[in-house]
Amino acid sequence: MIAWLRKLLQGEEPSAPETLAKQLALVIDLNVCVGCHACVTSCKQWNSSGSAGPLADVDAYGASPTGTFFNRVQTYEAGSYPDTQTVHFPKSCLHCEDPPCVPVCPTGASYKRASDGIVLVDYDKCIGCKYCAWACPYGARELDEARQVMTKCTLCVDRIYSDTLPPEERRPACVMACPTGARLFGDVKDPHSAVSQAIRERGGYALMPEWQTRPANQYLPRHVTSAADETP
Amino acid sequence: MNPAWSVVLFTTLAGAAQGLVVTLALAELASLPMSTGFLADALALAVVLLVAALVASSFHLGRPARAWRAVLMWRTSWLSREVIALPAFVGVCAWWWLALRQGWDLPWLPVAALVSAAALWLCTAMIYACIRFIQEWAQPLTLANFTLIGMSSGLVLACALAALAGQRALLLAAGPIALALTLAALATRIAALRRNARLRPKSNLQSATGMRTPQLKQMSMGMSAGAFNTREFFHGRTPALLRKVKNAFLLLGFVLPALLLICGLATESTWPWLLALALQAPGLIAERWYFLAQANHPQNLYYQTVA
Repeated sequence: MIAWLRKLLQGEEPSAPETLAKQLALVIDLNVCVGCHACVTSCKQWNSSGSAGPLADVDAYGASPTGTFFNRVQTYEAGSYPDTQTVHFPKSCLHCEDPPCVPVCPTGASYKRASDGIVLVDYDKCIGCKYCAWACPYGARELDEARQVMTKCTLCVDRIYSDTLPPEERRPACVMACPTGARLFGDVKDPHSAVSQAIRERGGYALMPEWQTRPANQYLPRHVTSAADETP
Repeated sequence: MNPAWSVVLFTTLAGAAQGLVVTLALAELASLPMSTGFLADALALAVVLLVAALVASSFHLGRPARAWRAVLMWRTSWLSREVIALPAFVGVCAWWWLALRQGWDLPWLPVAALVSAAALWLCTAMIYACIRFIQEWAQPLTLANFTLIGMSSGLVLACALAALAGQRALLLAAGPIALALTLAALATRIAALRRNARLRPKSNLQSATGMRTPQLKQMSMGMSAGAFNTREFFHGRTPALLRKVKNAFLLLGFVLPALLLICGLATESTWPWLLALALQAPGLIAERWYFLAQANHPQNLYYQTVA
């Protein structure tokens, strides 16, 4: 047991997780994201009225409005003046292939679907202990203040498998809303999918690779096109 | 992290109850002369502390009415294992108390109490130690500290009770052990503080965003008034206050109780034992608050600026 504890405490790589045949994910293109927050608002709209909702807002019209969101767009400044770049950085659940939030859940409310790799919360089983949020290095989970259960991005599971929506709308709300096409959606396990191709050809990377969570969502890096390239 | 009072109170109270029951069980197994009435009353106090701890812990839940579901995932979750170990321990203590009251002869009960107390310490500490990316917690000293601090507080409580009730044999045996384990707990707690002071975070803003430039600054967190992420994982206290809390818990939780235990052993009066208990209780609550506050969650990298 001592050896086992030592291994556990030394941050042993998670024991060989089963690899799923299908893993749905988003690929975020930082090269074209303009930081318009359309993905944030469309996510909030769909998920407030869809099967995940309502996503509560507290003090919505007051001085300090706060509420549940599955997706945020952050902004960073990279480099030093005058060579600075503004990078808009959308951030939501990464649907890790080895999600640390799932095994810690005491009730089984948090789970990863074997059929498509989406990490979900069963709101009827969640006791709101917040342990899964502690166990997510990315801060992808938010406790809904009104319902007191843990919530997170569902990859719009109620859109993508919908029988009633037209086939072209069976995509996550954030992907539908993005005006620049910065959000790609698909199966990262299918080598011929657009997302796999983008990851392969454009140097897609995972966030915080040091924790071996194997995020399914990946990011395409910013490429600087200098003015010199454009001169004939 | 932003320490939750429910968790602070739960782990402190349960730890003291575990230490008290372990002390009583070892005294019973060593056949120390103790009045049955004292033993039963001390066990009743342990059960009261544990029930108070259980009530405190339920305040941590958003949906306490569903708490029973938390026993289901014991194969993977240390929290689920704790939810099983705690009622098991309370049950053994209550059973032992009942056996004493009814005059049943069940000599295995102290052994069961020892085993279930140890199991509960393991589960409680592993809840924190198993989260590999909270580097302040993911270390064997977390287990040592939960156990030794629980033992120290339980022994101090047992000595105070024994001094009040005139249980000389127990006081003479437990007093020196209380002193030794309080000093041992102080040593491992300082070792953990030293290790954490030298800690190098594995994650940084570059690995969190994948932008490899060393000059990287967050301009906006994506919200203006905060979110669950800024409330749950930031304590919002100044480093100066944290230093004060650290010094206070080292003094009140360990150093002063140790001096008072020496005083109690030397003078044979009751007040040093009671004063040690009265000082150590707030000291250990401050210790647990600091343990939670000191944890630096990697998600905080994403929330550096309100804009």
